[in-house]
Amino acid sequence: MKNRIKKATTHTVQNEGLLFEVSRPGRTGYSLSQLDVPEQTEEMIERRLLRDDDLAGMPELSEVDVVRHFTRLSTWNYGVDTGMYPLGSCTMKYNPRLNERIARLDGFAGLHPLTPAPLAQGALEVIRRLEECLTRITGLHAVSLQPAAGAQGEMTGIMMIRQALADRGDPRKKVLIPDSAHGTNPASAIICGYTVHTVRSNAEGGTDLASLREMMTEDVAALMLTNPNTLGKFERNIEEVCRIVHQHGGMVYMDGANMNALVEVARPGDFGVDVMHLNLHKTFSTPHGGGGPGAGPVAARETLEPYLPFPRVVRSKDGSLTLDFDRPKSIGRVRAYFGNFGVLVRALGYILTHGDEGLREATEAAVVNANYIAHNLKDTYDIPYPGRVMHEVIFSDKRQARHGVKNADISKRLIDYGFYPPTMSFPLIVQGAIMVEPTETEGREELDLFIAAMKAINEEAAEDPEILRHAPHTTKVGRLDEVAAARKPVLRWQPEGRQK
Amino acid sequence: MLREVGCESIEELFEQIPEDLRLTEPVGIGPAIPEPDLIDYFRDLATRNRVDYLSFLGAGAYSHFIPVIIDSLISRSEFFTAYTPYQPELSQGTLQYIFEFQTMICQLTGMEVANASLYDGSSALGEAVLMASRLTRRDKFIIADTVHPQYREVVSTYTKNLGVEIEYAAHTEAGTVDIDSLRIDGQTAAVAVQSPNFFGCVEDLSAIADVAHAAGALLIVSITEPISLGLLKSPGACGADIVVGEGQSFGIPMSYGGPYLGLFATLEKYVRQVPGRLVGEAYDESGRRGFVLTLSTREQHIRREKATSNICTNQGLFALMATVYLATMGRRGIQEVARQNLQKAHYAASEISRLDGFSLRFGAPFFNEFVVRMPRPATVVTRALLDKKIISGVALECYYPDLKDSLLVCVTETAKKEAIDRLVAALAEQSDFE
Repeated sequence: MKNRIKKATTHTVQNEGLLFEVSRPGRTGYSLSQLDVPEQTEEMIERRLLRDDDLAGMPELSEVDVVRHFTRLSTWNYGVDTGMYPLGSCTMKYNPRLNERIARLDGFAGLHPLTPAPLAQGALEVIRRLEECLTRITGLHAVSLQPAAGAQGEMTGIMMIRQALADRGDPRKKVLIPDSAHGTNPASAIICGYTVHTVRSNAEGGTDLASLREMMTEDVAALMLTNPNTLGKFERNIEEVCRIVHQHGGMVYMDGANMNALVEVARPGDFGVDVMHLNLHKTFSTPHGGGGPGAGPVAARETLEPYLPFPRVVRSKDGSLTLDFDRPKSIGRVRAYFGNFGVLVRALGYILTHGDEGLREATEAAVVNANYIAHNLKDTYDIPYPGRVMHEVIFSDKRQARHGVKNADISKRLIDYGFYPPTMSFPLIVQGAIMVEPTETEGREELDLFIAAMKAINEEAAEDPEILRHAPHTTKVGRLDEVAAARKPVLRWQPEGRQK
Repeated sequence: MLREVGCESIEELFEQIPEDLRLTEPVGIGPAIPEPDLIDYFRDLATRNRVDYLSFLGAGAYSHFIPVIIDSLISRSEFFTAYTPYQPELSQGTLQYIFEFQTMICQLTGMEVANASLYDGSSALGEAVLMASRLTRRDKFIIADTVHPQYREVVSTYTKNLGVEIEYAAHTEAGTVDIDSLRIDGQTAAVAVQSPNFFGCVEDLSAIADVAHAAGALLIVSITEPISLGLLKSPGACGADIVVGEGQSFGIPMSYGGPYLGLFATLEKYVRQVPGRLVGEAYDESGRRGFVLTLSTREQHIRREKATSNICTNQGLFALMATVYLATMGRRGIQEVARQNLQKAHYAASEISRLDGFSLRFGAPFFNEFVVRMPRPATVVTRALLDKKIISGVALECYYPDLKDSLLVCVTETAKKEAIDRLVAALAEQSDFE
């Protein structure tokens, strides 16, 4: 069998047990200052309120043990730094190291959240300036940086709509969501006390206007729309969509997950959107960290500004920045303190090092890259919604399925070729979806290797489908039995003998 | 490449966007700032944050020693430039440390299952309330007024549109929840308390669990200072049903309030109602052990509007920080750091309460925070001490209007004796009240 794998090769992978398995009684690796106050020996807390298990089971390791342990674990992972990570909808772009450096400055990392405002002017300025940048980028009036992630931003935005409608006399009952939307959209609307109703997509993947007109009644509070949508298409009728919703007294929430396709090219505020969130960990390059932390700022039009979470950063008469808690219409707090501040510092660093021109170039390159992949693979893989795309392209496994090969097999085989797999089986309206988002930080060479890998896998699907069905072949573990794992879940380590 | 994809111009590339919506001008960020200038800009901003002051702030965010190897290890880019471990074969590093994290959170809290983490302690408490409501099909909650005020505000935001009724329980003169006054009835889903509570006092969790359970209600325990678990009886051993907390103390910088780490643990019988991600053990065809995201049918990407929560991410990298912290400190280090916090806070408390006009506001046992009653309004005292470059604590008046004379002071292992003595001396100057 011909070896078509160009990017990757195999190498030695170290085994490593769980922390608890490598732990040795009596071993320590910590270092603390000596206690420098006179030790109080009488009972400070009643014995019955104290632990009696001597922390049995917690690991006992040396510093080298700990370093080796986590270093070995890291080699079983794949990150953006390893190579192209075309996880559609997640915008896995390069994370500039500069932003890691600035977020770690003592004045930021060591700052307590309850530091009096006059002693935290630098942090408040980071918040103010980032808010200003994001209002410019979205074309909306005001931004709150408090939401910890996109889903919390969605909840915040829909709550703001609810409160504004309630102030008008009726919070209404329903939220409309397209069938192509992220699962967080319906889940967030539910927390806000709404029922969720699905709007069908039309043949081009956009919102079906006839269906929207029919569903948009006086008891609909909002439409939650992702634009560009999860098929990588810009909603051509966005102005008309907003008009229909507004005519019936509803509001438009935009999921800004795909904002990487729009920065400096178009602004949601101009579309007619009322409130939206941004994902700083996607569009603005803060690291995804193996699943977080992110940040999900919310941007709103002027009429919704009073409903943003409190506190707000405002300028006081003497010119200094301060916190305003007197916000009677605010929906309240969605988390303690001011949001994921460390993420905010990184995002501001990204925006300022790019400037207008750099941000526009990033958007253009992201869109060119996605179209380049679409163009070069359109004869090999089915594209259910053909035509030009924005920042990502959705394929399906329709052609390969004839050989009994599913999208999961293609994705697992991509691992052997040296790539992280694309997003699979989403959006739900595409059978066998393979969602590819290259981002702007991939050069042509890496894109060509990816295209070559996808083509080679297509050939393998015809010649030797078994190699795909058992892929990956080069990783530390093969395909894991997820069904068995869910049937009898083992969610923690237990000492020998205590296992059920 | 543009031409290869069939476009003559960039404008053509964006032709899907109606022409009148396409920008013709930059949005107004300005020119790009080069790397050296950007570092200068942020350095300047950072110096305007006065971290050089002596600080005794706690109240949900704590200054603890952070072992150097944490930053070194989390800077492995295979960790921090990866995403959610959707493809387990290429994410075993992330999955294994989350499994280790879940295990250690179970061990520390005395609970049976822990999730892969939530955003922070406050939203974790919000999620706990929603989960208790699903489990009991009841909608009344009793929340101690000694739960962190900002956490209570978050819970009220999370629940405001869901028909949930919240009653706040008063505290006794000793500074802990007034158990006799808890009005638990057949509609009460859960009682939520914090221990050590916002005043630093250790709650009698077993006694609260007994009265809650007697009425068929659950006990939710919130922990903002998890270092206390190195010393205090675990909430699990006291009968808690859901334990949530803030994991910032486990090696995470204070960073002006975030990102932090929401801890969430409960009993095995409730696992299918848990919000957020869970990692479980799994095996491949050759019998090799690995780890996967599991029980995903609870989550929004599968269940959409029927999910247990809208949360998608966890705090992956920050769960790693906590895992490295706990592994480095280890069984003995966690006990030692807890002991030092207890000793130093008690030293400071006894020195302060010796001053004329100063006393401890509450009598209940405390861990590393305590409330001082002072001869002048606490806001006046804190302002006076700022002139000496000391942030003496949190004046409680803004959260508890009747506690005008009270200051919440936090002393961790990072406070040297000399620093504590400086605080005491500065407070002494406030005692001769003319």
